Amino acid sequence: MDGKLLSGKRRYMAADRSILQLLLIAIVVFIIMALLNPGKFLTLLNIESMAYQFPELGIISLGMMIAMLSGGIDLSIVSIANMASILMGLILTKMMPQNAANNQIVLFVAFALLISLITGLISGLINGFLIAHVGIPAILATLGTSQILTGIAIVITKGYAVPGFPEIFLKIGNSKLFIFPIPFLVFLACAIVLFFLLQKSSFGIRLYLIGTNIKASVFSGIKVKSILMKSYALTGVLASIAGIVMTARTNSAKADYGSSYVLQAVLVAVLGGVNPAGGFGSVIGLSIAVLSLQFLSSGFNMLRFSNFATEFTWGMFLLLIMGINYFQNKRIKSSK
Amino acid sequence: MKKLLQQHEFVVTIVFFLVVILIGAINPAFFSIGNIFSLLKSMIIRGILALGVLIVIISGNVDISFTAISAFAMYTTSKIMLALFPEGGLLLAFAIGGLIGLLLGSINASFVAGMKLPALIVSLGTSSAIRGFMLAFIGVKIINNLPASLIAYSRSYIAKFTDASGKIVTLPSAIIMLIAVTIIVWFILRYTMLGRGVYALGGDPVSTERAGFNIKAIQYFIYCFMGFLSGIAGVLHSVFMRNANPFDIVGTELIVIASVVLGGASITGGKGTVYGTLLGVAFTVLIENSLIIIGVPSYWQKVVIGLIIVVSTAASALREKFAKLEIS
Repeated sequence: MDGKLLSGKRRYMAADRSILQLLLIAIVVFIIMALLNPGKFLTLLNIESMAYQFPELGIISLGMMIAMLSGGIDLSIVSIANMASILMGLILTKMMPQNAANNQIVLFVAFALLISLITGLISGLINGFLIAHVGIPAILATLGTSQILTGIAIVITKGYAVPGFPEIFLKIGNSKLFIFPIPFLVFLACAIVLFFLLQKSSFGIRLYLIGTNIKASVFSGIKVKSILMKSYALTGVLASIAGIVMTARTNSAKADYGSSYVLQAVLVAVLGGVNPAGGFGSVIGLSIAVLSLQFLSSGFNMLRFSNFATEFTWGMFLLLIMGINYFQNKRIKSSK
Repeated sequence: MKKLLQQHEFVVTIVFFLVVILIGAINPAFFSIGNIFSLLKSMIIRGILALGVLIVIISGNVDISFTAISAFAMYTTSKIMLALFPEGGLLLAFAIGGLIGLLLGSINASFVAGMKLPALIVSLGTSSAIRGFMLAFIGVKIINNLPASLIAYSRSYIAKFTDASGKIVTLPSAIIMLIAVTIIVWFILRYTMLGRGVYALGGDPVSTERAGFNIKAIQYFIYCFMGFLSGIAGVLHSVFMRNANPFDIVGTELIVIASVVLGGASITGGKGTVYGTLLGVAFTVLIENSLIIIGVPSYWQKVVIGLIIVVSTAASALREKFAKLEIS
């Protein structure tokens, strides 16, 4: 893309401009929805319920962004999330004795959370191995692993949902710390960690470099394979965190929950300025994008639009943004 | 021999027949005419879609909106036929379906060719826009009273056979459509300048432009043709199901793409054959339909398909790696 050619300072300015533009879009959407739903949209209740809703897609989109920064994609995120949830479910509903004491439950919940994160880590490492070492294109490798993971999840559960999680666990999805819903705080924590990881650590800088120019990265001595492994492992862990939030909010785990999140996450990432060819994208842009989509769908929901109308608008939104970006780039180019 | 083994299609052919023999050995009922007819029938729609996807993939892009286009064309065609031409013929239905598909495909084309955007992302947008539009504004109800001409076509066949138990099995005439599409795509890719352009575009777009190809025109053709085939496949789907369910078809896009890649098309472009694609389609259809015959519970299906995707793409990736090593 053009941005790659810009020098350091101008590159930052270009990035700032697109984030400003995104922010503007989010604010416009927010105002329109508030005007269309007087007395309903702009209430504490609605803002709170949105803060419970968006983190799932938000965390999944963060994972998608990591994969897309290196020029790849991860279609297996939701499958990883479901797999992690189901394993947690088996621990917390089958392994844990019915009459467990309170501190025993806490122990089991901690164990389940750990297993969930490990599931994400291992699944991510498998993706990374297939992509970096075997050399399978990311879209196919993760398509394959997503089928395998969903398949195993179906085999384990016979396709049924795993319900009945302990109260303490459900708090992760349904309670507040001060005034902040915990899912929101989980998203915030993920976003902040990723922000520093991407902007300040050598891992982040190398990841951007790989996405910008993989050949140059190889020749400048970057261990591309190890960075790719790490990035997909990171995506896997984020997926399992999303799985935890999802399960705690809905009190059940199932092999095929949230399968529409995969494409939505790509949509959020692209809206947020992530370049699908790699090398571009920021946590801030992505966060604004996921918020504006949440405003959009919550607002439409209040207007009693069907989910399908929301799906339609999301698609149009993506096309529109890409169109605007295109004409803007064209203008910048011709003015140079 | 070494050269043959390096050809992806050859390897897949061998593996395919090994799997066929294995399944047949486990359950001889596999070789019954009825089963083979049903496998061929399952190949028709996926085959037509896959041949369109093949062209897109050879050109170096991935389109995932073809199933949304297909469902849209199927549903609106049935609506239009019932409202305006309830006595209309089969050809008219396919013409309407194809035209709707072509128009929707041209939306993809204008973004990909006109704005030079990656088709994967564009088609993400168009697929949710198209599907959302259909379900929100056109309808969600299943249409059960299809026009008589479509129902009649669903009953027509080119081969009929009475099996041992006295059951009559037929091969639907729609297989001719798959054969026709196969010949057309094969001819375009093999014998026309357009086909050369598609391969060149997938290999190296810059050189293609410098060599004098009109990239825009080629891309318009690719996505309009993909749309057209999706429309045809959609109408065919309603013929087979004898109803038009707007929730059908969408969700199968990844398995269609996997079939094409299984058949040796390179996801990064420039490579792929019609023979390989049909083989890939036959392979995925074979696996999906045969698990039950050999006694594997159907919920293992996804695991097996996932393994096939991983193993086959890993094999092709590793072979390319070693081929490169040999050159250098």
